[in-house]
Amino acid sequence: MDADRPLLRARGVTRYYGARIGCRDVGLDLWPGEVLGIVGESGSGKTTLLGCLCGRLAPSGGTVEFTQRDGIVVDIPTLPEPALRKLARTDWGVVHQNPRDGLRLGVSAGANVGERLMALGARHYGRIRQTAADWLGRVEIDRGRIDDWPETFSSGMQQRLQIARTLVTEPRLVFMDEPTGGLDVSVQARLLDLLRRLVTDLGLAAVIVTHDLAVTRLLAHRLLVMRGGEAVEWGLTDQVLDDPQHPYTQLLVSSVLHP
Amino acid sequence: MSHYNFAFLDEQTKRMIRRAILKAVAIPGYQVPFGSREMPLSYGWGTGGVQVTASVIGPDDVLKVIDQGADDTTNAVSIRRFFERTTRVRTTTRTDTATLIQTRHRIPETPLAEGQIVVFQVPIPEPLRWLEPRETETRKMHALEEYGVMHVRLYEDITRHGHVETAYDYPVLVNGRYIMRPSPIPKFDNPKLDRSPALLLFGAGREKRIYAVPPFTAVRSLDFEDHPFAIERWDQTCALCGAADVFMDEIVVDDKGGRMFVCSDTDFCERRRGR
Amino acid sequence: MSADDRGAVLVVEGLHKTFTLHTQGGIELPVLRGVDLVVRPGECVALSDPSGSGKSTLLRAVYANYRPQRGRILVAHDGGRVDMAGAGPRELLAVRRRTIGYVSQFLRVIPRVPTLEVVVEPLREFGVPRDLALDRGRALLTRLRIPERLWNLSPVTFSGGEQQRVNLARGFVADFPILLLDEPTASLDVASRALVVELIHDALARRAGIVGAFHDAEVREAVATRTVSLHGAGAAA
Repeated sequence: MDADRPLLRARGVTRYYGARIGCRDVGLDLWPGEVLGIVGESGSGKTTLLGCLCGRLAPSGGTVEFTQRDGIVVDIPTLPEPALRKLARTDWGVVHQNPRDGLRLGVSAGANVGERLMALGARHYGRIRQTAADWLGRVEIDRGRIDDWPETFSSGMQQRLQIARTLVTEPRLVFMDEPTGGLDVSVQARLLDLLRRLVTDLGLAAVIVTHDLAVTRLLAHRLLVMRGGEAVEWGLTDQVLDDPQHPYTQLLVSSVLHP
Repeated sequence: MSHYNFAFLDEQTKRMIRRAILKAVAIPGYQVPFGSREMPLSYGWGTGGVQVTASVIGPDDVLKVIDQGADDTTNAVSIRRFFERTTRVRTTTRTDTATLIQTRHRIPETPLAEGQIVVFQVPIPEPLRWLEPRETETRKMHALEEYGVMHVRLYEDITRHGHVETAYDYPVLVNGRYIMRPSPIPKFDNPKLDRSPALLLFGAGREKRIYAVPPFTAVRSLDFEDHPFAIERWDQTCALCGAADVFMDEIVVDDKGGRMFVCSDTDFCERRRGR
Repeated sequence: MSADDRGAVLVVEGLHKTFTLHTQGGIELPVLRGVDLVVRPGECVALSDPSGSGKSTLLRAVYANYRPQRGRILVAHDGGRVDMAGAGPRELLAVRRRTIGYVSQFLRVIPRVPTLEVVVEPLREFGVPRDLALDRGRALLTRLRIPERLWNLSPVTFSGGEQQRVNLARGFVADFPILLLDEPTASLDVASRALVVELIHDALARRAGIVGAFHDAEVREAVATRTVSLHGAGAAA
């Protein structure tokens, strides 16, 4: 595969809600193994942007090019639904803020993790179960809970289960929307640590939308700051946070409480 | 005699149903929507099967109707009588001489032959319904072959019971493409679906779907490599005819729990006894 | 590059860095005004300016942690040259992984990560096999007198001196061609400072190019092959 070709390339991504700007003219490149954080406050357009990138929303304009495993480049907004759904099951992962949106609550944890494998043709019960158990171990869920229903898990565990379910097929690109939102601080720390290790171990590329700068400091190599639908600053995470250029970024950084 | 049209349904309805059947035969295992009519029996009692039979039956057909393998149960008798009245077609209890067999919950033990049609009564046609209540979504899943959830179902069974618990209406893969519910026949009968010389038609009246398995089509019951599909087995043989390797009904004969096992397929049992 | 710069690992040309504090009404703080610097393999260049005159700023700018307004920062990387002041994020990340090591004044602690893991992480990028990497990490931690019982703990609860020594271990575990050292001996006792001097000498012996801010005069004298001032008349050798 051409190492110079980014995994994801967005240009001029624009999305209007009627006359209101969701996001306007945003561009970005993402290479394998890179984690991009998209930060902004409520209404900044970061969730809209994420939606346009992962095909959940149709942009009003712009292109989003993804390089598949076979080297073919596809434009996400114009990709037919069957192809998009297939991509979402194989090469991509999505981690939702609310784990319940990304899990099957009516089946066991093991089945949740194994489903993607079965969808791709895995037909050996013992091996599927073993892989599921391994992944539960990787996300620090007690393997003895493999047959329990996600309903019985704490929210932190549910989130980790969602991550296992998403990563079991080793997707190359993962989209995360506020992955630590709603979790207790100590639970957040554990989750972030897990994500950090998985990203490194699996060489994942990821786009993480968050309002929490500490999350980006920990997880993201690069940062994109959104405000009012526009990208106002971007660069290496530590550079944007340590030497912010744009007035809004400076305001954002200075507003973070330091315990 | 009767003021009804031949086989009760008007000709336009029969055409509509036949078109649906043709489409179903062209796409084995695919559920074709059809304009299900009100029939003189309640939903849940075989209206789909009756409509399919009514659409394909002709004056030269020989009709057999069974319910749970028996020709003499109430429903089988009612339906057979319905067709006798509306078509004057010859009826029989013999599988080997029937051209058209409507059935609920069993496939006859006597091997089927080329040229025969079997019509199955189907309550719920959608195999994915257990997990996905939205029709819009299940249609997409079929269209895109997103069948991972079916094996999730089997996985859960094995996890919970050590084996696949589903004993009837066991899901199958038809022609390597569509997953289908074969109607509530026992899984014992599933192997009979595979490359059957007969034409198999499935009608769901309440759900308004028709599907089909054309003759000599591959039908595979879903399973795992390390938990292969297996049918039921009995230690006993039929108390009346001595047959082994048939699907048997267990009949309680007295108040002390005495029981006996007999062939569920009454015609098959009678044949063996020389009646 | 001029003839003078041939073979240099780092060339800084006309570097300007001004901070504009929008949150304080937009006041401007010029810190670096046209800095030039050349560093060659085997050199340890000590920045001699007093506190607050921009030593940290220069080091951070070289590492692309700060963004300069003007000038170039040319780094020898993968057989070519990268301008840290203008390169894209992908290149910058690559340079940080394999070419420039940076030891700041304090360790940025990530909770839950054990000390040994913190230390050996840079070696991943060099493709060093895990067991070898762990051996090197252990050796370095031993050398820097971090007791073994702490290796599996996160440095979160360590003392300032211990954290700084972990920071140093992480900075010196891999053979970076360029090392940036920002007050590496801050919060260290005499014995530890001597260890740092040793580590720097070892790095120089393998022909690394080093730029550093050394507050401690003794340490500076022991390691610097050249001393320059950012604001004096010319800093290029």
